[in-house]
Amino acid sequence: MNFNIQKLREQFPVLHQQINKKPFVYFDNAATTQKPKIVIDRLNDYYNNENCNIHRGDYHLSRKATEAYENTRKTVQSFINAQHHHEIIFTRGTTEAINLAASSFSKKFVNKDDEILISAMEHHSNIVPWQLACQERGAQLKVIPVNQNGELIMDEYLKMLNEKTRIVAVAHVSNSLGTINPIKQIIDAAHKKDIPVLIDGAQATAHLKIDVSELDCDFYCFSGHKMYGPMGVGVLYGKEEWLEQIPPYQGGGEMINEVTFAKTTFNQLPFKFEAGTPNVADVLGLEKAITFISSLGYENIQKHEEELLQYTKKQIENIDKIRLIGTAGKKTAVFSFLFEDIHPYDTGVILDNMGIAVRTGHHCTQPLMDFFQIPGTVRASMAVYNTKEEVDRFIDGLKMVRQMFG
Amino acid sequence: MSIKDIESEVISEFEMFEDWTDKYNYLIELGKSIKKIDEKYKQPKYLIKGCQAQVWLHASYENGKIHFTADSDALITKGIISLLLRVLSGRTPDEIINSDLAFIDKIGLKEHLSPTRANGLTNMIKQIKLYAMAFKAKNKQDPNR
Repeated sequence: MNFNIQKLREQFPVLHQQINKKPFVYFDNAATTQKPKIVIDRLNDYYNNENCNIHRGDYHLSRKATEAYENTRKTVQSFINAQHHHEIIFTRGTTEAINLAASSFSKKFVNKDDEILISAMEHHSNIVPWQLACQERGAQLKVIPVNQNGELIMDEYLKMLNEKTRIVAVAHVSNSLGTINPIKQIIDAAHKKDIPVLIDGAQATAHLKIDVSELDCDFYCFSGHKMYGPMGVGVLYGKEEWLEQIPPYQGGGEMINEVTFAKTTFNQLPFKFEAGTPNVADVLGLEKAITFISSLGYENIQKHEEELLQYTKKQIENIDKIRLIGTAGKKTAVFSFLFEDIHPYDTGVILDNMGIAVRTGHHCTQPLMDFFQIPGTVRASMAVYNTKEEVDRFIDGLKMVRQMFG
Repeated sequence: MSIKDIESEVISEFEMFEDWTDKYNYLIELGKSIKKIDEKYKQPKYLIKGCQAQVWLHASYENGKIHFTADSDALITKGIISLLLRVLSGRTPDEIINSDLAFIDKIGLKEHLSPTRANGLTNMIKQIKLYAMAFKAKNKQDPNR
């Protein structure tokens, strides 16, 4: 490995604390990752030295901030290998990115009795916006089924693509199971029928290299805070041809060209979709998160996380009466599980007392939990700064749960 | 014994525990041995929505006192319910309305009653107080009950 894990951990101040007098083990990275110091410092620095509103400010600081903001757009462009920097739209996060795409795309392209295709493992954020769009347009929401391993049933998917399908929206990586979906195959199959595809990449960007040109996806959404960046910033990537055609999402400052009470003409891309004062500080923080990821390299990140995945898998499978939910062949270091006879909430409480942070519940994927006929799971999700020693503490925690509940 | 007396009793029980595992083992035991709710009350009408753990609560009013039975699908939650009912069940509406349940904080379980814990307990306490207010109002209309 090219990085020293202890040195790496030193960059994350929050990891170095005790919870209930025990070393803090943070295994809730699918909810949000911790932030390295360069990201935190960037936010501080911006507010200490650079803060001002951007675009149209004809003074030194505003020009400087504008330049930094627009440079980040280029950084994101190269991070995901987009063709143009104006294909990068800054949003509040993945949820807003999907809402924007769903709302604007459906207004232009979805009509009565058309179909929108999502999957059974989607986060509520990639379900509800499409449901709203379907309601508004009189369209139907169709759902690609999953199998017992928590993988999409591709044969079913291929059968569901038809002349009524207007768009396919699926997760790159499942948030509750960690399944990595075969999105290239999904995109290619849809494109054969001229159907565009939106990918919810919220759970992917911290773990996998994204190349939107190679994937040829039409939209790709992700959040800064799940990839070591700040909360409150995300990205909607959209192919120029789509972004040009679909109407604006919100109205306000910056997104206009000319406003009269009779009519408004809209600004060009990307500004057409960025109404209001942008979240400059967090966008600049996102740039540093990309710097952080690039300094490690996805190859190293994946290698380390794969080791954690295998190391945990071996041990967790040996614990009595544990049921793993989501056993896909390709997955990230996410363990969703429950003890057959213990409520996930109870497991979470005991782990919390041992200083271990996991998430319990339905993980905003209620339909998926219904499919597995469970109330929810305990989810341990790992990131690049997690260690085997932490996995050991987690396994000890599970053994303690087993012991306490008999 | 007053509500406060029972609260003090619970507090002194918890003072004997040396570490958190003793405390939680005790809660688990309490959860296992809680007085069973009648199965006919385990239906949506009596369900108190938590986010994760479900809680069912039934109340009956007899001779000026309210009796509660409850259940949950999470054992630790059930253990805490058992403590709450030990303090609040069999009390008059006024006693229940005026209780502040300060003992929960003193035995280090306050975090379980935070509305963000989504375990149904906060809503259960709200529901218990609502029952007390409702029975009190009913009692005023019909003092012979």
